[in-house]
Amino acid sequence: MAALPAAIELDGLTRRYGERVALEDVTLTVAPATTLVVFGPNGAGKSTLLRVLATLLRPHAGAVRVLGRSLPDDGWAVRGRIGFLTHEPLLYRDLSGRENLRFHARLHGVAFARVEELLERVGLRLRADDRVSTYSRGMVQRLAVCRAVLHDPDVLLLDEPRANLDPAAADLVEPLIGAASGRTRVVTSHDPAGGLVEADLALGLRGGRTELLAPADRVQSHEIWALYR
Amino acid sequence: MSAPATEPASTAPDAAPPEPRYVPLRTAVRALLRKELALELRAPQAVPAMALFSVTTLVVFHFALQRGVVDGDLASGVLWVTLLFAAMLGISRLFVADHEEGGLDGFLLAPTDRTALLVAKAVGLFAFLVALEVVAVPAFALLLLGPSPSFGAYAQLAVLLLLADAGIALVGTLVGAIAVQTRTRDLIVPLMALPLLIPVVIAAARGTSPLVLQGGSQGLEVRWLFVLGLYDLVFGLLAYALFDYLIED
Amino acid sequence: MLYGTRLRALSIATLVTMTAALALAFFYAPMDADQGFMQKIFYIHVPMGIVALCGFVWGGINAIQHLRTRDAKYDLRSYVAIHLSLILGAGVLVTGSIWAKASWGHWWVWDEPTLVSFLIVFLLYATYQPMRFSIEDREKQARYASVFAITAGAFVPLNFIAVRLAQAYTHPRVFATADGGLPAKMQLPFYLSLLGMTLLYITLWRYEMASKNTSAKLRALRRKLAGDDAVAPVGRTAAPSLPTT
Repeated sequence: MAALPAAIELDGLTRRYGERVALEDVTLTVAPATTLVVFGPNGAGKSTLLRVLATLLRPHAGAVRVLGRSLPDDGWAVRGRIGFLTHEPLLYRDLSGRENLRFHARLHGVAFARVEELLERVGLRLRADDRVSTYSRGMVQRLAVCRAVLHDPDVLLLDEPRANLDPAAADLVEPLIGAASGRTRVVTSHDPAGGLVEADLALGLRGGRTELLAPADRVQSHEIWALYR
Repeated sequence: MSAPATEPASTAPDAAPPEPRYVPLRTAVRALLRKELALELRAPQAVPAMALFSVTTLVVFHFALQRGVVDGDLASGVLWVTLLFAAMLGISRLFVADHEEGGLDGFLLAPTDRTALLVAKAVGLFAFLVALEVVAVPAFALLLLGPSPSFGAYAQLAVLLLLADAGIALVGTLVGAIAVQTRTRDLIVPLMALPLLIPVVIAAARGTSPLVLQGGSQGLEVRWLFVLGLYDLVFGLLAYALFDYLIED
Repeated sequence: MLYGTRLRALSIATLVTMTAALALAFFYAPMDADQGFMQKIFYIHVPMGIVALCGFVWGGINAIQHLRTRDAKYDLRSYVAIHLSLILGAGVLVTGSIWAKASWGHWWVWDEPTLVSFLIVFLLYATYQPMRFSIEDREKQARYASVFAITAGAFVPLNFIAVRLAQAYTHPRVFATADGGLPAKMQLPFYLSLLGMTLLYITLWRYEMASKNTSAKLRALRRKLAGDDAVAPVGRTAAPSLPTT
């Protein structure tokens, strides 16, 4: 089988934070349409890794390639193909759900029909004209998911995507951001069992360093647990 | 062969990276401006505060100067100090909404030129300043101004105001972007912006003085327009060159 | 670049030049008929002002390099340059005030456009350190400081033009013609003092750069030898940090 070009390639990625190291010498390759799950305690560098991949942070050393483009120089070329979901919903509380999505649609050159489609799919159509400040946390998260996939990205970067979602809501967003969506995904997780199930590749970070990197089917839960001790 | 831009990630091998998506500057600026104005209309913060502050300042001036009317140099000074200090409020608020609601990241993820944010913020601040003046100038004329300038004089004042507003908007966008990252935001803005705006004060105040003379308005000296124009040009170029460094990373 | 070299030679040169300049100013240069002895403060005031302004511009140039290369050493150079110029600037304002008293009888006058412009520039640069201090993220702090240094540097000439335009040209200048047209006996002490001030600035700049670089290297060494945890993290500070490698 011919080798597929990687969706994400990291080679010695290093990023400092002040005098400390946030990420040190991270090297890995993610094939297209597969899922990389990143485990590790708080402060291990998971969010930093996602932000570097999202072109929001530049690497201090090492090489980063996303969809064949080298960051940070060619970041502009891949920005429109990356979807980023983080702890902050990146939504304006004083605007309505629909207005927020339309704002992002304009910024990404996406038709408004897509906004309506997504609102329907996550079950927010009825509340779409209410201000986001009136939404529950679960609704905000659902709207944030819409924002992340609005422009149909090839790569999804998800920082604890199921936070604040009840099982019904999680089901609604699953086709959009789950493994079945066919996109390349990098997901952070604090759930060893659940995380391993959806992963193709598992990365364990601690203190910015790679403690574990292996295909998910060869990793046991207890190895993930060990990261937290 | 590269995959078409709108299909989801395909599993066929790609020979080249996918086509970059790109949204033109004008579209991005329009989108950002709409958002700015929508937010200000929906949850008014900057403009009402600035307008109210300017009226209050005029009242304070009345008591501080112990006069019922002012004209000439004094009138010009009162007007410009009032406008400038009210502008400080607007500048302090300029990036706060984005900073607090993570909106800046939302923009940084978009496939467009960073300069769009500079343009949108500067135009937005310019619009807020014009809105401020729509309230402040009549209030000034009503409360403190002795002479009644002719329509022509008001027209010349308007030109001066527009040029000065452009300078304040550009400096305000730069300083506002710096200040929003500091912990002492409301202190840093006036400390940094006021010295930078002194050339604007000089040109604007000097230019306004002959327009509000007791004995009847005399013409506006064109050199003050040139000074303001030069200032706007220099700060426009500076902002264009430096703004990206303030919002990246 | 090693900043610690030639420090002794530079210090001696500075001391010698400044002493010679001051001696000449006191004994050789003519006494001004109107203003008397106080006028001689001009030999300190103007060179200090010129060097301070050049220092601000030098800070701006290093800031441009910092933004272009993202190398932290340029940020340190810019910081030290501005910080020293600010100290000299305070000296300029004090000596300027003394000179104003001697020339016009008041401790401050608005008629001298250069002095007024200098006050504005001083007030602007005085916000540099507080601004740095209030941004906690070190990298952001350095980047923002550089943007400020470039903006302020570009502002200096603009400001001088504006203030000059604003002045009613009421008071005659202290010397016969504009800068450069000094009477002969004033030239030597003036240029010598200018040289002395420049040497002083360079020497102090090198001292401070050497000191900060050494501290940073020491920290890096400690980290390497005893591990990250042995070195206490730097608290909030306005001073630039250098990379640990």
